[in-house]
Amino acid sequence: MRLSTNWLEGVSFRRFLVILSGVGVLLALVPAFIPILETELLTYGLIFAIAALGFNLLLGYTGLLSFGHAAFFGVGAYTVAFLVRDFGVVTIEVAILGGLVMSILISALFGIICVRYTRIFFALLALALSQVLWTLAFKFYWITGGTDGIRVPRMLLLGGLLDFTGPGDYFTFLYAYYYYVLVVFLLSVILMWVIVHSPFGKALQAIRDNEMRARFVGIEIIKYRWIAFIISGTYTGLAGILWVPMNRLVQSEILYWPVSGEFVFMTLLGGFRNFTGPIFGAIIYQRMHVEIVGLIEYWQFFLGTVLVLLILFLPTGIVGGVTQLLARLRGQPAPRMLDVMAMLKQGVARLRRKEGV
Amino acid sequence: MDVLAIQILNSIFYAAVLFLIAGGLSLIFGVMGIINLAHGSFYAIGAFVTAYVIGAAAGHVNIWILFLLLPVGALAGAVIGAIIEPTLLRPFYKRREEYYLLLTFGLLLIFEDSLRFIFGTRPLSADAVIDALGTFQLLGLRYPTYNLVAIAIAGAVALALWFFIYGTRFGVMLRATAQDRRMASALGLNVGMIYILAFALGSFMAGLGGAIVVPTRTAVLGLSIEMLIVAFVVVVIGGLGSLKGALIGALIVSFVRTAGVQFFPEIELAVLYIIVVAVLLYRPTGLFGRA
Repeated sequence: MRLSTNWLEGVSFRRFLVILSGVGVLLALVPAFIPILETELLTYGLIFAIAALGFNLLLGYTGLLSFGHAAFFGVGAYTVAFLVRDFGVVTIEVAILGGLVMSILISALFGIICVRYTRIFFALLALALSQVLWTLAFKFYWITGGTDGIRVPRMLLLGGLLDFTGPGDYFTFLYAYYYYVLVVFLLSVILMWVIVHSPFGKALQAIRDNEMRARFVGIEIIKYRWIAFIISGTYTGLAGILWVPMNRLVQSEILYWPVSGEFVFMTLLGGFRNFTGPIFGAIIYQRMHVEIVGLIEYWQFFLGTVLVLLILFLPTGIVGGVTQLLARLRGQPAPRMLDVMAMLKQGVARLRRKEGV
Repeated sequence: MDVLAIQILNSIFYAAVLFLIAGGLSLIFGVMGIINLAHGSFYAIGAFVTAYVIGAAAGHVNIWILFLLLPVGALAGAVIGAIIEPTLLRPFYKRREEYYLLLTFGLLLIFEDSLRFIFGTRPLSADAVIDALGTFQLLGLRYPTYNLVAIAIAGAVALALWFFIYGTRFGVMLRATAQDRRMASALGLNVGMIYILAFALGSFMAGLGGAIVVPTRTAVLGLSIEMLIVAFVVVVIGGLGSLKGALIGALIVSFVRTAGVQFFPEIELAVLYIIVVAVLLYRPTGLFGRA
């Protein structure tokens, strides 16, 4: 998979900004044409896209798979809840600031523990640490509200500049918040692009591809991974912060491991070897989730099956798959996609010849 | 004093269960080099299947037959493991770790909901077994005899496993494959069969852990991840790939948890993770590991 499944590969920063502005304008116009429910879902989609972008910095660019990102999402969300309930914060900007600070702190703390270790240990340590947070939130229910959660009233945007009173104020808020999230989203995307294409980002990819070689070249593996971890956790924390005004209820469930699994799934769905994969994955996932939960009762089964199928047949995700398809249609040599079917056939053939694997 | 004795016995019981699960995980890792995130699911499968079978059979058959039914859950786990390994997992051993981690995570989700679908959301229990054995007098308090039986079963399995791996020809083949797969294959061993058997054996052990524990605890949803994390802690402390490490690790974790529950009930999990972190900092491969 060294060959590109990233349709933005080699694109200069200026061109990227142009593309992004186009996308931004499109997204800004979209609410006029879709029902308000869809706008609401799209807002959630953008929020989780921020989280997925952050998650993919670790997975796609540094090669670290974390099953514990629910922790940072939860930290962001709970910080907002505590700030509102216990410190009387009313504007979202203050909440964002506070949430970001906490996210950075917790990411740094968890990061120090996790990044020293190899892949399996890393994944499970992250999971374990996030489960600890969940246990704390669950058990200390007199502080955190446990499964009942903490209700967070609607907050002021932009320090109270915008007024949300009067009839129809809920809808006004929804639209206004959509644009708010859109702006934050666009800024996050730009920032992530800059990070990923900077020397730091290149170093991360070097670490991902060949750790020993990176070390010989002089890259301090642990420090770089730690910084990537902090950035990743903070992005996910930001998503948690932004999520609260929409959901207005913060329960211990958001720290539970299936939420981490959802981040993994979103990123894989879109494709983790792309810059844009996680974004599409998150938006599609939000939409899909709403549709399917209404239809089938066993959502985890569905999720698990799709995950397995994705890994078996479409490991590059939707964006990766589409990119390769387009490349093939254009007559370019298709990137060497790891062909699982061929591998399976080979494996079976070998078994038959009793050579073992 | 009697409370202490009971705590010690409880710890040993919990350690027995942990050893089975962590031992299975370690075995699979030792032979195939992978960690199966769905390993906890086999534990849950063992618990649910056994609880269901015993619950259904209780009152209809002789009480001693119920004991023979205990391992049914474990066998279910072994069979499922034997099916999954060659079909889903094997193509991924050579690829990046992330893939099989993601794959086994997907399997974990599938198993979770499958268990919910098959067995419903009511907790299942196998009380018949524990009632049948009654209690015995221990220094002034009564203690369920079943727990001792369970410890004995786990001990017997440990011995059998030790004998199997170090005393039989197949054990030699297993260890050879674990040490150097290519060489073993070059020497004519059927590595594929060994993989299936090793995975089935590891899953059997996990299922047996669940089967043993279910008379004392009801089978509820959410067991899989909970046990996965604890089993992971055990293998981290004891060292991946080592059965002896799994045993010692299980004892350590069990006693720490029991003490933790006694003295710091709210944060006893956190105490465990602190120990994990400490072990990882000073001895990353665990006490006996060879990872």
